[in-house]
Amino acid sequence: MSWIQDPAFINILYIISFSLFIYGLMKLTGPKTAVQGNWIAAAGMGVAVVATLLIRGMSNWWLIALGVVVGTVISIPAAYKVKMTAMPQMVALFNGLGGGAIALISWAQFRDTGGFAEEELSKVIASLFAALVGSISFWGSNVAFGKLQEILPGKPVGLGRLQQPVNLLTFVAAVVCAVAIASGQTSEWWMIGLLIASAILGLMVVLPIGGADMPVVISLLNALTGLSAAAKGIALDNTALIVAGMIVGASGSILTSLMAKAMNRSIPAIVAGGFGGGGTSGGGDTGGEDRHVNSTSAADAAIQMAYAGNVVVVPGYGLAVAQAQHLVKEMAELLGEKGITVSYAIHPVAGRMPGHMNVLLAEADVPYEALKEMDEINSQFGQTDVSLVIGANDVTNPAAETNPDSPIYGMPILKVNQSQSVIVLKRSMSPGFAGIENELYYDPKTAMLFGDAKSSVADIVEELKQL
Amino acid sequence: MDSELVQNLGILVLAGFAGFLVISKVPNTLHTPLMSATNAVHGVVVLAALIVLGQGVDLGVFNDILLVIAIIFGTINVVGGFLVTDRMLGMFKGKPGDKAKKQEETA
Repeated sequence: MSWIQDPAFINILYIISFSLFIYGLMKLTGPKTAVQGNWIAAAGMGVAVVATLLIRGMSNWWLIALGVVVGTVISIPAAYKVKMTAMPQMVALFNGLGGGAIALISWAQFRDTGGFAEEELSKVIASLFAALVGSISFWGSNVAFGKLQEILPGKPVGLGRLQQPVNLLTFVAAVVCAVAIASGQTSEWWMIGLLIASAILGLMVVLPIGGADMPVVISLLNALTGLSAAAKGIALDNTALIVAGMIVGASGSILTSLMAKAMNRSIPAIVAGGFGGGGTSGGGDTGGEDRHVNSTSAADAAIQMAYAGNVVVVPGYGLAVAQAQHLVKEMAELLGEKGITVSYAIHPVAGRMPGHMNVLLAEADVPYEALKEMDEINSQFGQTDVSLVIGANDVTNPAAETNPDSPIYGMPILKVNQSQSVIVLKRSMSPGFAGIENELYYDPKTAMLFGDAKSSVADIVEELKQL
Repeated sequence: MDSELVQNLGILVLAGFAGFLVISKVPNTLHTPLMSATNAVHGVVVLAALIVLGQGVDLGVFNDILLVIAIIFGTINVVGGFLVTDRMLGMFKGKPGDKAKKQEETA
């Protein structure tokens, strides 16, 4: 049975495993094949783990079993209990754990090899890169988790002007530690210094980022963990790690740039922070009190929609917070019975994660075909009778197109203001995460329905039933 | 530069392009499950923990602790990641009973 432990055989298993990863991800392109794709990727992971355990000379079986069992026991209930609205923080948390694992492995390896004393330089560099990025990702993801879970304040927390120099200094400190190790220093303090400096860097970079930028941050951290896994693969000469890590690195990078583009923000600008709270409303608040806002009631909103030909629902984070997706679906069904077409306009960065709204609406069994992407729906707002904005703010702000002084100027928006009339469900007039006044609310054809999104929609549903 | 490193760099670059091509086809709607699935895939770091722990001879208690924690983290990342993705994707599948019911209602 020695052929099973032959390095060539193990490498063949690795090739099978990364083929399964790629094939599985290819199947994620459509909602019908995606479920299967996910399991194919999971099977690839299974093959990779089995192959690794076959490597000649494996020992410490009890400890391995302990780790795997404890990890599984923790993750299963977590995965099944998490609410769909809490998905972004769950992904952030899992992502952080992956990064943390890499940092810990690099540390243990450093101790095991006496400070990488006899390792090749290229592998040492790869390991150090993995440790640095893994540690950034672990702490950064935990902060993202804390912000999304509202353990930490969602508003940016930072050092203001000192932020950039401090970040730079921490980064330099981390790199100095790495260079010291690579050039032959074997004291463990260098490694601890590296991990601590990159931990501080992870905290410092994510803490000042506002909640609205979270979709970008999460996919960026995801990409970073992938890259550090790939680096670890080079250090350990392990094909499965290199391929899987790099695919994640590449996909995360694409997603990050897509998200950033959807917000018309550059990635460096987001990482540099300050969007969420620094730029206040740009003088908008002085005139704010005099400006007229139309408010409406649930009954009027229901009538308005009942006599429309078509309605476009614009969901945002407020919908997720209020857990109103099932009621929205019920409302859409009632309208559908009256022969009114209801579609949903999904902005790429609505919510706290790319595609967050789609998941929530899918949870409520809203048909996939009714969800329209921004480019598709924007050409249709001109023919829309009623747009119902539920807890979305900045993505509907016409100032992004008209006011060059606005911090969000140039960000692609949903052109809700082109529709015949607009109903906005909102808790109060307070500005959104970005802290910017929304011109849309002062538009004469806009009516505001103040209150919790869930109870507002529930009221509308009741009214619709009576019509 | 030894050939093993160069080979690995080649694999790295090709994998980058493969990832790029595969992922650019995924529609916006599926971005959350996609991220969650790729997130599970980078849980592959658990392999690194298995190798370092399994191949090390006498590592000392502290190293054992570090590596067991790394395996726990990696396993949570993998198992939790795939399960959560499956749950999310399950919601995109129209439940077969639902459609029939809807047709009845509208008829």
